[in-house]
Amino acid sequence: MTAYHNAVSPTAAARPSALVQALREGAVAALVMLGLSFPILLFRTDQGPSLQLVLTPRVGLVATLCALAFAARVLVHLNAVRRERAAAARAANARTVAKGAEAAPGAVARIMGTIGVPLFLGMAITFPLLASLAAGSLNGARYWIDLGILILTYVMLGWGLNIVVGLAGLLDLGYVAFYAVGAYTYALLSTTFGLSFWICLPVAGVLAAFWGIILGFPVLRLRGDYLAIVTLAFGEIIRLVLINWVELTNGGAGISSIPRATFFGIPFERGEGGFAATFGLPFNAMHRIVFLYYLILVLALVTNAVTMRLRRLPIGRAWEALREDEIACRSLGINTRNTKLTAFSIGAGFGGFAGAFFAVRQGFVSPESFNFLESAIILSVVVLGGMGSQFGVAIAAVVMVGGPELLRHLTFTKAIFGADFDPNDYRLLIFGLAMVVMMVWRPRGLIAHRDPSIVLKERKAISGSLVKEGNG
Amino acid sequence: MRWENDPILTVEHLRMRFGGLVAVNDLSFKVGRRDVTALIGPNGAGKTTVFNCITGFYKPNEGMLTLRQTDGDAHLLERLPGHRIAQDARVARTFQNIRLFSGMTVLENLLVAQHNTLMQASGFTLAGLFGLPGFRNAEKAAVEKARHWLEKINLIDRADDPAGDLPYGDQRRLEIARAMCTDPVLLCLDEPAAGLNPRESQELNTLLLSVRNDHDTAVLLIEHDMSVVMQISDHVIVLDYGTKIADGTPEEIRNDPRVIAAYLGVDDEEVEQIEAEVGA
Repeated sequence: MTAYHNAVSPTAAARPSALVQALREGAVAALVMLGLSFPILLFRTDQGPSLQLVLTPRVGLVATLCALAFAARVLVHLNAVRRERAAAARAANARTVAKGAEAAPGAVARIMGTIGVPLFLGMAITFPLLASLAAGSLNGARYWIDLGILILTYVMLGWGLNIVVGLAGLLDLGYVAFYAVGAYTYALLSTTFGLSFWICLPVAGVLAAFWGIILGFPVLRLRGDYLAIVTLAFGEIIRLVLINWVELTNGGAGISSIPRATFFGIPFERGEGGFAATFGLPFNAMHRIVFLYYLILVLALVTNAVTMRLRRLPIGRAWEALREDEIACRSLGINTRNTKLTAFSIGAGFGGFAGAFFAVRQGFVSPESFNFLESAIILSVVVLGGMGSQFGVAIAAVVMVGGPELLRHLTFTKAIFGADFDPNDYRLLIFGLAMVVMMVWRPRGLIAHRDPSIVLKERKAISGSLVKEGNG
Repeated sequence: MRWENDPILTVEHLRMRFGGLVAVNDLSFKVGRRDVTALIGPNGAGKTTVFNCITGFYKPNEGMLTLRQTDGDAHLLERLPGHRIAQDARVARTFQNIRLFSGMTVLENLLVAQHNTLMQASGFTLAGLFGLPGFRNAEKAAVEKARHWLEKINLIDRADDPAGDLPYGDQRRLEIARAMCTDPVLLCLDEPAAGLNPRESQELNTLLLSVRNDHDTAVLLIEHDMSVVMQISDHVIVLDYGTKIADGTPEEIRNDPRVIAAYLGVDDEEVEQIEAEVGA
C-alpha cells in the first residue's frame, strides 16, 4: 500500500518514479511467478519406454508465464496510478469544469452514436461481400458467413431477452424455451402440413408469445430469485416435454429434413425454377447461405427497431419504471401484472421468430439445442452488453459467440505451449475468466449508461449507477 | 364543519391487524373536499397503515372506505385492486422514503405518471407503434402538463437530468408533482416535509396550498413537522395506538389535553389521581 501512496503523490516528479515503481512491482510479480512455476511447471514428467522417469524441461513455458505476470502487474500498477491521477485532477478542477465532467458520458454516447453504430451496421450489411473478398471466393467465405449467421442469431435473441431483462427488469433464465417453441413450431408445421416458412414465421412468433403469456400469468407475481428459478424450471419442462412426447416431436432423435427457406417462393436449387435460373445466375449453393444471412440480419434489425420504438411509447416507459420501482408504479395506476405480461410475451415472441429461423437454417431440430447453457449464454450476452443497451448487446454477442471461434485460429499458442495444445479446450475457462474480469471492470456491462426516452431540451446520458436492475 | 358536510373520503370502522398486533382499531374519520387534512400522532400510531389501506397497499380486515367524486360517483376503495385506486378513484400518494424512478429523467418520471392517459391515446401501443397523429398530440399534451408542473416546482432546468441526481428537497417536490400528474382528486402525502430545511418546508406549504386551491385536489398528509401542520391544515386528526383521540381544527387540536398527553406525557400527580380513582 505504501508503494501506491508514494507513487500517486500528484507532483511532477512523481511521473518517472511511478514507472520505476511499476517495473519494480512487475519484477516482484515475475519472481513470484518463477518461484511458483519452478516446482510445478518447469519439468514435465513422463514414463519412458522402460518405465523410467523422463523429465522434459519447459523453459519456454515458464519464461512466457513470468513475462505475462510481469506485464500484467506493470499494466495494473500504471492503470491504478493513472486513475488516481485523474481522480486528483478531477477533484482539483471540480469547480471550474463541473459542467464538462457531467457532460462526458453524453459525449461518449454521441461519438458512439455517430461513428460506432453506423460502422457496425455497415459492417453487418456488407459482411458477406467483405468475407468473400477476404477469402478470395464466395465459397471460401462459407465458414465466415455461417459464423455471421450464428452471431446475428444471438444478437436477435439478446435483443429479444433485453426487453424482458434489460427493460422490464424481469430475470428470465428460461428464455431458450421460447426459442424452442418457435423452432418446433416451424419444424412441425412444415413437415406435417407442408406450410411455407413465410407463413410459419409469424405463427412461430405468435405461439411463442402465447406461451410467454401462459407462463407469465401464474409466475409474474413472483419476484427476484423466485421468478428466476421458476423460469429456469419452465425452460427445463419444455425441453423434457420435447424429449418425452415422442409421438409429436420424435423425442431425442429430433425432427430432420425440415424444408429449407425459399426466396419468397423461389427455392434455392439447381435447374429450372430455381433461384439461380430465375435470376440468370450460375448456380451456387452459397446463395442460400447469403440469403439466410440477410434474413437473420433483417429479423434482428426489425427486433431492434420495434424495441427502440416501444421504449419511446408509454408501454416501454412503464417497463422501465417497473424495473426502477414497482410499488411506485402501482401507486401511479399502472397495472403491473399486465405490463409485465406484455414485456414477457413480446420478448418471447422475438425468441419464437429466432427459433423459426434456427429451424429453417439447420434443417434439423432436437431438444439438445435448447438446454440451459443456451439460456445462460443469451442472458450473459444481455448482462455483458449492459442491460437495456441495444448496441452493447450487439457487441457482447459478437464477443461471446465470435470469441470462442477465434480460439480455433490461435495457432501461435501451439508454438508456446506445445503442438498438442488446443486453445479451444479452454473455452469455458476463458469464458469464466472474462466474466469475472468484466464484472470487476464494468459491473454494469459494456455500455452502462441509459439513454432517456424523451427529451425536453438537451439529451444527456444517464449514468448506469443510478439505473436499477429490477427485482421482479 | 366542511368535512362533515361534504366529505371526499369517508373512513368507517377501519381495522387492520397484523397477526396479534392491531395497528388500526375501529377508526372513523372524514376528509373534506378542498381541505388540507393532517393525520398526526406519535411514532407507531398507525398513520402509515391508514395510508396504505386508503391507497390499496393493504386490504383492511374490517371497515369501509368510500371515496366520492365531485359528480357523485362513489368508489369503495377497500374493494379496488391497487392500481385501480389511482386509475379510477383517482387517489395519488407519495411515500415516506422517496420512491422516484431514479434512473429515469425528471421528465420521464412525470410521463410515467400519465401512463393510463397515454396508453389509451397510443391505442394500447398499436397506434403509437406507427406514430399516428392522435398519439403524437397526446404525447405533446402530456409533455406540456409535465412542463407546467416542472415550472411550478422550479425544476424546469433539470428536466433532462436523472431523478436520482436531484437534491433531497427537489426529489420530495418532484414526487408530489409526479403524483399530481395523475390528476388526482385526493393526494395522500406521507411525511412530505421530512428532512427539509425551514425554507424548503415553506416552499412546500405554498405548493400544497396551490394544489388545493388551483387544482381542486383534497390533500391528506401525515406530518411530524408542526409548522407545516398548523400553518396549512384545515382539519387535523390525531391518532394514538391505532385509535382516534382527537379530530378538529388546528386550534382545537392545539389545546386538546388528550393530544398534549399523547405527545408530551402526563404529570405524575395526574397519574396518581387516576390510579386513586380506579383504586389501584
